[in-house]
Formats: sequence, structure tokens, C-alpha cells
Amino acid sequence: MLGYYLHLALRTLRRNVILTSLIIAAVGVGIGAYMTILTVLIAMSGDPIPDRSDTLFVPQIDVWGPNTRPKGGTGEIRLPPQFTYRDVTAFMQAHSAPHQAAMYPVALDVTPPKGIAFSQVGRATHRDFFSMFEVPFAAGAAWSVQDETDRADVVVLGKTLAGKLFPNSSAVGQTVSLGGRLYRITGVLEAWSPTPRFYDVVNGNAFSEVEDFFIPFTTAIGHQMQTNGNYNCAVLPSSGWAGRLSSECIWFGFWAELPNATAVRNYRQYLLNYSAEQRRLGRFHWPPLVQLSNVHQWLSLMHVIPDEVRVNSLLAFGFLTVCLVNAVGLMLARFSARASEFGVRRALGATRTDIFLQCLTETAVVGVLGGMLGLALTALGLAANRASLGYLAQYVGGLMRLDPAVMALTVALAVGATLCSGLYPTWRATRVQPALQLKAQ
Amino acid sequence: MLKMTHLSKVYRTEVVETYALRDFSIHVKEGEFVAVTGPSGSGKTTFLTIAGLLEEFTGGQYQLDGADVHGLNDNQRSRLRNQKIGFIFQSFNLIPDLNVFDNVDVPLRYRRLPGAERRKRINEALERVGLLARSKHYPAELSGGQQQRVAIARALAGGPRLLLADEPTGNLDTQMARGVMQLLEELHRDGATIVMVTHDPELAARAQREVRIVDGQVIDLAAPTHLVENPATRPAV
Repeated sequence: MLGYYLHLALRTLRRNVILTSLIIAAVGVGIGAYMTILTVLIAMSGDPIPDRSDTLFVPQIDVWGPNTRPKGGTGEIRLPPQFTYRDVTAFMQAHSAPHQAAMYPVALDVTPPKGIAFSQVGRATHRDFFSMFEVPFAAGAAWSVQDETDRADVVVLGKTLAGKLFPNSSAVGQTVSLGGRLYRITGVLEAWSPTPRFYDVVNGNAFSEVEDFFIPFTTAIGHQMQTNGNYNCAVLPSSGWAGRLSSECIWFGFWAELPNATAVRNYRQYLLNYSAEQRRLGRFHWPPLVQLSNVHQWLSLMHVIPDEVRVNSLLAFGFLTVCLVNAVGLMLARFSARASEFGVRRALGATRTDIFLQCLTETAVVGVLGGMLGLALTALGLAANRASLGYLAQYVGGLMRLDPAVMALTVALAVGATLCSGLYPTWRATRVQPALQLKAQ
Repeated sequence: MLKMTHLSKVYRTEVVETYALRDFSIHVKEGEFVAVTGPSGSGKTTFLTIAGLLEEFTGGQYQLDGADVHGLNDNQRSRLRNQKIGFIFQSFNLIPDLNVFDNVDVPLRYRRLPGAERRKRINEALERVGLLARSKHYPAELSGGQQQRVAIARALAGGPRLLLADEPTGNLDTQMARGVMQLLEELHRDGATIVMVTHDPELAARAQREVRIVDGQVIDLAAPTHLVENPATRPAV
């Protein structure tokens, strides 16, 4: 019977092209608008590290006290998003988490074997960075514990930079000049682009590219490398590098891996104890206040996803609803106009279920056609979005495309939404009283 | 074949009760051609819709082909209607989107018959009414008489036990009406049981028996003048 219903649906849709087109347009435009915004939202809010987003945490302590910390728009208390040198070294030495890494962005001149030097942004961090964040290696590995202890001049290169410097050979074991010093290459990464770049949403754009070289945190500090990121101070520091390191200026990020609830609880207590000790030592003059955020909480706290995107998705959903309500009205009109046909079919032996399935099949066909129109409009919408993103397009644009998953979701949503909106008109069609219809003839 | 005993049909609103049929009794034997006549509003169409299981009745008893239809749910009534009853409407009620072949196919689809069986029955029915050559035409391309013939073919294709015709010539000119009546008479001669509602006394006279309805009641039963011999041995049309 499904074949029969499809045959009838196609015939009926062809009969009244204008009404059919209006219904398809209503569905397609609504779906196109909603899927465009939804794709953008998914692209920007996807889990960048699904396997570990619940076990990776950013700690925050009240470094500057209640008088200097910024207030959130809803009165929420916002603790500084970075740390002083004193605090990150204390955290690293305490080993209160099984894996942890302090970090800050640096910029060094890269001098290739041939050609002129160019500036490159990299990251100074601890070796746990690579295992915590599941950074894939194409060759070699992170530097050793001894390298970190010895403040060795070692580096892990990103795929692009390694390919640029050593196009015809393996980079591992070779040396590269960074900032006028030779660094031994211990590893080369595979292409890696977490989106957003969750491990540092404070410095630069959360959707920026991953850095193309990584050096030990201790090495960067030993060579007195300035940060290439944010450097914020509540009180001006003393002059010189030592002054910077001993200041209350915050310029370091920090992540800890806490595998379970107990570890989270213990680490929170450690932070409270640390803050209390700083108060006892006279450094802090306020009660301890700490925060511990996993990946999702951190991205939310830092408003990585612009509020406009979320608002737009709600608006788009509202628009889709309006379109579907319109489609309901048009389908009601369509089925009402065929009440006599349904009455005849019922008189000839069709059950209510037969009429229901016939109308539902017709609705599903409209949904498929609306979904195809929605696909085309989504593609146009995403292209327009990519064009409007400007420089961000190179980071996020790749995710805002019609891949098979998005295409399937678009059509499924169109069919599902059309079927739902068609339920009432279809039900009304089954309530046709054949006797009344036939008497009215 | 069709037996109604003390049947009543009441339409109730908040204000008034209307008796469309009141203490209505009729018995149509297999193979009979009965004309049901009466003035407008007498209950003829209500009788037909109840007989065709399109409407439920308020009281009394109705047996169709020996089976009591009281208490049947909507699906059961639909299936019984599909299997045992063929309808011929005054307005033909062909589906305009479907060609002649597909229109005749409609009741067979709901019987879930295989394609080959359906095609055989459709072709036989169209052959019977003389429209096999027009099977690909659409209703709008046919005359009124031809459309009514298609409707008759649709009614016949399922092999019904009972044909119910509601003013089958009401929308036809004299010549076309004559042709349709001739066809109905042929079907009756071949053993069909036909109940025809009409307000035309000339058409009523061509039936085997006339039942007159006034104000929802049978007030006059014409004596049967001619019964088909051995009706039990006559196959369904």
C-alpha cells in the first residue's frame, strides 16, 4: 500500500502546484534558516576533546581579592582566568593532580636552513600537555622529564612548520633555530586542530590555530621569554625579569587532570588550603575563594560561544516554528478541500487508518521536498556565514559546511518536523464523515 | 440480503430531536431490484447511508447478508462495506486526479488484492459497462453517462453482494439516463441485488418492487410482481 500512497501523493502534489510549492517553501525556508544557525552553533560549541572533557580542569584562585576582581554581568563573581608565576610553580611542585601543565604563549623568530627568518607563535608548557590533551604525534615524542628538569633546548614542532623546515626528511633529531638558539626536535605532531582551542581561550581567539611549536615551560622561563599573550597586573611589578616572576601579575594558564569526583574534591580542598596559607603568609587579605571548571564549564565561563549565536539559534527555532505553523494551515486547507475524496474513499471501504497513512505519506513527500529545498538554502546560508566571519572563517569555516551528517540531519529534521506539523491536518482528514460528505454532494 | 427491522435514526441537537427514520422495516431479498421512493426529506438517503454502513442507526436491527451489523466498529464497517456493497452515487463521485482504470481500482486497493487480480477485475468491469477503451481517460474527459458507467464499474469490480444506487440518473440527460437504467436492468437480470433510491416515478416503475418512504417510515410496499427464480443459486455480480 505504501507504493499506492506514494503514487497518490505524487499525483496530488502535481495537481495543485501552487499550494504544494507554498507548503514546500514554508518547510524549506524554515529548515534552511534553522539548520544554518544550528550548524554554526554546533561548529562553535562542539566538544573539542570528548573523551576527556569531564576530567580536565582549570583551577582559579582569588589572586587579587574582592576589590580588584571583575564582576560578572549578573553579579556573578569572576575570578582571574590566569595565574602568577609563583602560583603555577607551587601547583606544579605540589603534584596534587596526576597530570598537570602550566603554559603561556611565546613568539620566536624561526630561522630556516634556507631562507629568511620569520616570526612564529608557539607555546611554552609542561610535557604533560601532550598526554592530557591527547595531542597526536606523527613522529617522535614529547621531551623527557630530564629535559624539563635541565631546562633543555628541545622543541616539538607542529606538522606545518616541520614540513616547511624539513620538506624532504624527518625533523625528529634535527635542530632548528628559534630566537637565535638551536633547539633539538624531539617530536613532530600530526595535524591537530581542537575547535575551539579550549586549552587557551584567554590569549587570542578561541578559534585560532594551534601553535606550531612547543618548548618546555622551564626552558622558556630560563631564557626569560616574554609572553605573547595577556599580561595583567593589579599592582605594577618591580622591574626586570625577577620582578615579573615575583609579581602578582597573571600571565600563565594552568590545567590539571582530575580523573574522578574524589580527585576533584581533593584538588578543590588543596586550592582552598593553598589560598588559606597565602592568607596566613600575609599575601592574601581575604577569605579563600576558588573555582574548578571542566572543559565545558570553562568554555561557558569564558563565553567562548558568543551569546549572539545562542540567541540566533533560538530566533531561528522560532522562525522554524512559524514556518511549520504556516505549513499546518496550508495542509489543513489542502486536506479540507479534498474532504469529498476522503468521503468517497471511506464509502468504498477505506478505513480511517488508510486515509491517515495516505495523508501522512503525502506529508512525508512534502517533507522530503522541503528538506531538499532546506538543504540548498542551508548551503547558501553557510556560505554567507563563512563570508561574514572574516578572518575567523579559516578556523571555523571548515566546520560550517554541509557534510553528510549535516545533510542527513537537515532532511531528517524536515521530514520529522513536517510529519509532526501534518499530524493534526491528517487526523482531521480521517474524521471526515462519509455520509455527510456524500449527502452534501 | 438486506433486512431492517423497526430501525430508527435520530439526529439530536441541544434543542431538538429529529427522527430521520422511525420504526423503519424493509426486507430486500437476494436478486431483487427495489426502488425506494419518497418526497424530499423523507429519509431515503438516510436509509441508503445506513444500509451502506456509512451511518450508524439509533435503534432497531439491521442484518446485511445474514449478519447483524449492530456493534461493529468503524474498521469492521469499512471492511464489510468494501467486501459486500457497491455504491453508485448521483454525482458519480469519481476522483478527478485518477483515470478511469485507477478510479475503478480504488475499492480493490483497500481489499489488498494482488495486482494481477485487480487488473483482471477492473478490465472485466470496464468491459461490462463498455468503457474498456477509455480506461486511460480522466473523468473530466468523459460525458456524464460515461462517468456514471465508470462509477458502476467501480461498484461492480469488487463483486459486491448488494448494489446501492442513490439517484443514479439524477445528473444525466434523458438519453444517458436511459442507458444507465438499461445497464442496471442488465445487471439485475444477471442476478445483482439492487436497491435504488429515486424520486422519479418512471424509473421506480422499471424496478421490480417499489418501497415508499414518507417522514421516515415505510408507508407503502408494492407487492413483488416478479422474483428471480432460485435466488440462492444466483452468483454475486
